[in-house]
Amino acid sequence: MSQRISMVSTMSNAPSDVFDAWWDWPPPVLDPAGPYADSVVVLAWALIGMGVVVTAIVVAALYVAIKGPDHWKTKLGGEKAVWIGGIAFPSVVLTGLLVWGLTLTASLTEPVPQDTMRIRVTGYMWWFDVEYLDADGNVVMRDANELHLPVGEPVVVELASEDVIHSFWVPNLSGKEDMIPGRVNELVIQADRAGRYGGVCAEYCGGPHALMGFVTVAHDRADWEAWIEGRSRLRPEIVDQDVPGEVPAITPAVARDATNSLDGRRLFMDSGCAACHRIAGTEANGLAGPDLTRVGSRMTLGAGILPNNRGTMIGWIGDSQSIKPGNRMPSYDMLSAEELEAIAIWLEQQK
Amino acid sequence: MSTGPLDRARNAMEGRTSETGFDHELYRLFPTHRPRPEGEVEELEKIWDNPTGWGLLTVVNNNYIGFFYVAAAFLFFLLAGILALGMRVQLAAPLQDFLPPDTYNRFFTMHGTVMMFLFAVPMVEAIGIMLLPQMLAARDLPFPRLSAYAFWAYFVGGLCFFASIFVGLAPDGGWFMYPPLTSLTYSPGINTDFWLLGIGFIEISAIAGAIEIIVGVLRTRAPGMTLDRMPMFAWAMLVFAVMIVIAFPSVILGTLLLELERAFNWPFFDPARGGDPLLWQHLFWFFGHPEVYIIFLPAAGLMSMMVATVARTELVGYRLNVLALVATGFISFGVWAHHMFATGMPRVSTGYFSAASMAVSLPAGIQVFCWIATLAAGKIRWSTPALFVVGSIGIFVMGGLTGVMVGMVPFDWQVHDTYFIVAHLHYVLLGGMVFPMFAAFYYWNGMTSKNALSERMGKWVFWLMFTGLHVTFLPMHLTGFMGMPRRVYTYLPDRGLDLLNLVSTIGAFVIAAGVLLFLFDLARRFRFTTSEDAGNVYGGGTLEWLPTGMYSTRSIPLVRSREPLWDDPDICDDVAEGRYFLPNTVTGLRETIITSPINAEPQYLQLMPGPSPWPIGAAVFTAAFFLALTVQAYAFSAFAGVVALVCVLRWLWETDRPIQQETADIGAGIVVPIAITGPSSHGWWALNTLMVVMGMIVFMAIFSYLYLYGINPEVWIAPPSLPQTAGIAALLVLALGSARLSRRILASKPKGAFPGQAPWLMAAIGAALLGAAIWWDWTGWSGAGLDPTASGQGATVFALLAFQACTVAIAGIMALYLGYRSGRGLLVGPSNVTLDVVVRFIGYAALQGLACALVVRLFPGG
Repeated sequence: MSQRISMVSTMSNAPSDVFDAWWDWPPPVLDPAGPYADSVVVLAWALIGMGVVVTAIVVAALYVAIKGPDHWKTKLGGEKAVWIGGIAFPSVVLTGLLVWGLTLTASLTEPVPQDTMRIRVTGYMWWFDVEYLDADGNVVMRDANELHLPVGEPVVVELASEDVIHSFWVPNLSGKEDMIPGRVNELVIQADRAGRYGGVCAEYCGGPHALMGFVTVAHDRADWEAWIEGRSRLRPEIVDQDVPGEVPAITPAVARDATNSLDGRRLFMDSGCAACHRIAGTEANGLAGPDLTRVGSRMTLGAGILPNNRGTMIGWIGDSQSIKPGNRMPSYDMLSAEELEAIAIWLEQQK
Repeated sequence: MSTGPLDRARNAMEGRTSETGFDHELYRLFPTHRPRPEGEVEELEKIWDNPTGWGLLTVVNNNYIGFFYVAAAFLFFLLAGILALGMRVQLAAPLQDFLPPDTYNRFFTMHGTVMMFLFAVPMVEAIGIMLLPQMLAARDLPFPRLSAYAFWAYFVGGLCFFASIFVGLAPDGGWFMYPPLTSLTYSPGINTDFWLLGIGFIEISAIAGAIEIIVGVLRTRAPGMTLDRMPMFAWAMLVFAVMIVIAFPSVILGTLLLELERAFNWPFFDPARGGDPLLWQHLFWFFGHPEVYIIFLPAAGLMSMMVATVARTELVGYRLNVLALVATGFISFGVWAHHMFATGMPRVSTGYFSAASMAVSLPAGIQVFCWIATLAAGKIRWSTPALFVVGSIGIFVMGGLTGVMVGMVPFDWQVHDTYFIVAHLHYVLLGGMVFPMFAAFYYWNGMTSKNALSERMGKWVFWLMFTGLHVTFLPMHLTGFMGMPRRVYTYLPDRGLDLLNLVSTIGAFVIAAGVLLFLFDLARRFRFTTSEDAGNVYGGGTLEWLPTGMYSTRSIPLVRSREPLWDDPDICDDVAEGRYFLPNTVTGLRETIITSPINAEPQYLQLMPGPSPWPIGAAVFTAAFFLALTVQAYAFSAFAGVVALVCVLRWLWETDRPIQQETADIGAGIVVPIAITGPSSHGWWALNTLMVVMGMIVFMAIFSYLYLYGINPEVWIAPPSLPQTAGIAALLVLALGSARLSRRILASKPKGAFPGQAPWLMAAIGAALLGAAIWWDWTGWSGAGLDPTASGQGATVFALLAFQACTVAIAGIMALYLGYRSGRGLLVGPSNVTLDVVVRFIGYAALQGLACALVVRLFPGG
């Protein structure tokens, strides 16, 4: 019970401003932030309107059939009514809709230019691996559970899976597409306004499928340049040729937190974290779990479910199994509070 | 007047010409006028009397089996409903731990699986078995023991399957069980096997029921009930059963393949070895979407009948309605991939499936407007069934419209796998099946219960359920728009989902209150009976409201219109006084009239079996066989399999009973033969249906083979040499020939003379040749270096061979059984049902073997 309380209190502290457009009104499916969601919203409203109108027609027809005046009932009470209401009317409506749907499908799946930016997102049970690709398809940067893109540009998301079928969905930006083992699906998304958009895995993938999400951040042009610049300068890397090497210099000011005398880095390596997690430039090069190279700059923990701060980091490492039951990371409840804090502080610095 | 085959069929259907040479003038003799001899009713009662006490387990009569079946299906409805309430409690607020994730995942998997496989399909099949004989005025359906077997296998197996939830062994992969989540790597426990094997044999039971219904509807209708006068429910059940026969083999194959992958590591769905996870989705949805119509069409048939009664007028647009039923059946096989729009399908495919999905909503629109027009044409008399009927039209339309919405590809990409879909499918299934079912419970209750149900309470039941349904599912459309995926055991706070989910939970309990009230009324008023029933409470016009006993109607009426009870006020008396067909028993055994498929002209008298312990024995041990296989108790499983087989053979032993009489007077001096063989016999039709089922399994397996070739042709190896293929084909042709020769020999002997052992020996040689062919085929592929665990090609080829080997094994057992009967002197000509069945099965197995061998050896051919 105490575990549960701690979990709920951790989560309900979640600042809802982690997401600008997630779970707000209007609902994200009806609140497009880019061209691949825009036209679908028009269609959605038309379909909702069609649904309401046709329901009203049927209810009215039922009312007339049951309680209407006799001359109306006579009109409605023959095969002619079936031909008009059940065949002619739906044929016209459905044909119209179909043409619209097919045209829209075609325009949404139109190929994008060769040099469009590409991001590969790979589904794992129960998190997302994110790799930014250069023009030759090499991985230039690696992250997890967070997708950054520039405003106003299409981005091709290559969808893959390492285990079971997952599905990639950012409702503000586009419809969903499945991540299927053995295949690479391509989905084009584009954000036309800066902001943070929530995403989830939409295909049931067992265990804590309910808690498998991510954040998409759309940056203004200038902001985007700065973001990219910052990344590349702090941790230049070509992931494909990654070898554990020299630890990048970290200024003494951030290397140790004044309140804690323990060495978070050493604890991280000694506790076995490195077996599953990779931190570029260190000997931690495990690939089973999310890449932690930039975990300090991420907005969420546990795949889009907790805000990222020192408290939640400590809670996650010490007790991830009660926050996200069944996830692949054991709870490190053998570590003391001080040790957990030391690791958390060190991870905060990985940006 | 032109006389093409279509015209002939139409003339026959409208009763203008004779289909079988039967003289329609003879119909003028009915109703007869001469008084019937005393004691005929008593004799019928004695012959159709049922055992009591423990003997009740051996009954095969549809009055009992139908009732058991409906009750069992309703029990599963309640159980799966309780699971739903558990899920709604968990989701009432964010981050609750009422149900931990693993438990929740099992709950929703079982909720979907039980509702679809243990409630919906069995329920409509059960209602069919219960109502059809009465509606068609047959004494019983043509294979009462098959119904009994289907029911008991379903009931025993279903209970054991459900019990898996109490011991933590329930499956947790969702009701459509997508691999690789359900493959051994990600689901190592036996939970998944429970689903695969449990569902596997429930499907077998559904197919058994479907065969019964097809033959029943086509061959046991009352004389004069042409297809054009058939009650709409019978039409719906005919389409339903045909759809089961075509759709279920696909999921049977799917479950077989996944089980083979799990048990023997054959990589059908493993992309690393030339398999593909999407193959499962194709196989599953090729079954899964027709499944929705399999559930809906019978309920629509019930609706059509009840609408006519509550509006007190004949159904408007009878033929349009029939057309709609048949069209739905056809089109529903072309829409399966609309469940897969988000898998990255090519644009052309999504366009085709989107168009087909639009098209399939047209027949539904036709039916809805037929019902509305009927209500307008008549004058509604309000009653509980009327409320449920009208309510379900509204609900179904709403579900149908959201269905049209998700048929639009770009919109589906957004709402696919969200709560919008949860709302859509519940509107469709509740409006399309559950509400009509409750209407039917009230409407037909009078057929099996001493007391009518309470009308006052019925209105409460309706309004609670109707309100609860909207309160539960209407908000879910919005929850879906707000981004809540389906199948989540919880959701995070601060996302605007709390209130909507709480409302849904409250609604679910309102529905439950309605169902509870119904149960209370049932406990208070329902008393099962087969003779002193409450009767035609709502004034229906079809034959099931004739006075009946265990033997169904005293005499079998001549049908002259669609609503005979409304059109002929004397018909009840005439039937009860024995003024129509078969007012007595001719042979002193249970019997019914078999009529022709289109025109329902009397053809012959079928002798029917009485109570028997063998169907339930076979059913219990079939269930035990599968369940023991699931828990890996292989020895016990083999034992149970053998016992089940012995029970089946013992049950078949009574076929070809020697009877003294050859013809029977079925009233007014009309004389028909007794128990015939060949294309006119009901057994011939049943065996053909079974062959369609097996053929569909092979067809889907060949589809899987070609599909995997299309995905990963580079792992394919060259087939064995052509001469070998020719040799196998020659063996199979010889097998076919020797089977046919066997029948020829029997037919050439004088009537009643024992033909010696030659006929069965020829059949046995046929079976042996089949065995040689499959052995050569199998070793040929192994010799060519194909390994079932190595590639998608190996897996699919050996799956086909294994299926053929099983078919050959059955043919072998049949040949031995025939030999045993021959040794006991029971194989007497010139026509013999047992020999006929065995020989035709061997012939079928030869053709199936040819298809399996040739397709995979010649295409793609390396």
